[in-house]
Amino acid sequence: MEAIVNLWNSFSQDWPALALLILTLLKIVVIMLPLMVLVAYFTYAERKIIGYMQVRIGPNRVGFFGRHAFGLGQPLADAFKLMFKEILIPTKANRVLFIIAPMLTLGPALAAWAVFPFGDGMALADINAGLLYLLAMTSVGVYGVIVAGWASNSKYALLGAMRSAAQIVSYEIAMGFALVGVLVAAGSLNLGEIVRAQSGSLLHWYWLPLLPLFMIYFISGVAETNRAPFDVAEGESEIVAGFHIDYSGMTFAAFFLAEYANMILVSALTALMFMGGWLSPFQGTFLESFFAWVPGFVWLVMKTFFFMYLFLWFRATFPRYRYDQIMRLGWKVFIPITIVWILVVGLAVVYQLPWWFD
Amino acid sequence: MITTVKSYFKSLVLLELFKGLGVTGRYLFARKFTVQYPEEKAPVSPRFRGLHALRRYPNGEERCISCKLCEAVCPALAITIEAEPRADGSRRTTKYEIDLFKCIYCGFCEESCPVDSIVLSRVYEYCMEENNERIIGKTRLLELGDKHEAQLAADRAEQAKYR
Repeated sequence: MEAIVNLWNSFSQDWPALALLILTLLKIVVIMLPLMVLVAYFTYAERKIIGYMQVRIGPNRVGFFGRHAFGLGQPLADAFKLMFKEILIPTKANRVLFIIAPMLTLGPALAAWAVFPFGDGMALADINAGLLYLLAMTSVGVYGVIVAGWASNSKYALLGAMRSAAQIVSYEIAMGFALVGVLVAAGSLNLGEIVRAQSGSLLHWYWLPLLPLFMIYFISGVAETNRAPFDVAEGESEIVAGFHIDYSGMTFAAFFLAEYANMILVSALTALMFMGGWLSPFQGTFLESFFAWVPGFVWLVMKTFFFMYLFLWFRATFPRYRYDQIMRLGWKVFIPITIVWILVVGLAVVYQLPWWFD
Repeated sequence: MITTVKSYFKSLVLLELFKGLGVTGRYLFARKFTVQYPEEKAPVSPRFRGLHALRRYPNGEERCISCKLCEAVCPALAITIEAEPRADGSRRTTKYEIDLFKCIYCGFCEESCPVDSIVLSRVYEYCMEENNERIIGKTRLLELGDKHEAQLAADRAEQAKYR
């Protein structure tokens, strides 16, 4: 062990740039691997939880070593199936764009995790404009959808892509405004600073002073990831599967991964921005010292899981919105409310409203 | 005025949506109805209309007297019968075939049969790998009848009072 540490020390002295590169790559792997496993098991959780809400039991056959194990082998089986399937490219499709599109979707969904603080100072890149970077990355994802719809050269794919693009762009505005409220309240674009500004107690977290923004942010997040009840982009009753109708095998899996990675990202960001990130919910109460041994990361994961569960709960509960209603909700309801509440937050910050902004 | 304010307030606090979430939230913990098929099976009615069978009398004589009522009544023309006198002079079928792809399992053959010979059993787990397996002949039908006679007799006895 000591020999390895010594070797590493001398190595990083001789080639500091190379050592930094290796260290960063290691960190990326450490973030990506659990994320990918989480995505796989999120699909399992979705099938299981929605099944339970529909009074059935969901996948429970595929297990390990001949045991059923509640169907825990299902996501792995699905992943292997997709890997070994043929990637079909339609004759009239634009081959280059057709292959690039899934990468364009998956790339930003994973890149956004670079600035995410998993604990106090535990970010891959602790940059000052973290919030701006996140907004940029979540917006870039829409290009993959548009390119996929265009490259497939199919009317359903194009319609799905147009729907999805219009929807994502519309809700991006409401989402951005909700985050403006957060940044006004915290006075910083750095994600770590935003969490630190919420410290105090459970009531200091921004969900309470920014309640309308919190709800609008999460609902916009659901719309932005094209999830039920805003999943008209893949409305199977009208346009079959939307923009990814012509994709198969691993290219389809990339879209699938991106969708679920985006859901996890939105959940994690909601936890970070409105639910105090890695802060303990018992802060400021007599239980604080009792739960002091729990690492902040655990609280963050628990909050994220709660919001991920909400995604599934919504899908099991709400019927799909009509398309014009989605647009009405985004433009005529969410954006006015966010603008009004930004004004309220601005006044509260200027006049230093006690408890939250003093 | 008051009602408009009320309805706006109601929609802004998402009251209806939370109610909906409450319903699904309750069902998350409800007892599940799933039947784990190969291990568990759903109960089958005595009137179930599954695979066909030809029955015999307790003395081993086949019931069918080749009256061809079932062939005549069959709406899907799935039954084909050929008959000849047997050595002892009684009228018997030489061929009794049912095309399972044509059959719509309506049960008219069973109802038309004057001697309770052709019946629809409770068997529903059958499949075929070759196309020609879809036509089942007399020997196979009698075999099925012999195999399930106890069940068939019990079901017919139970249903007799309703006929």
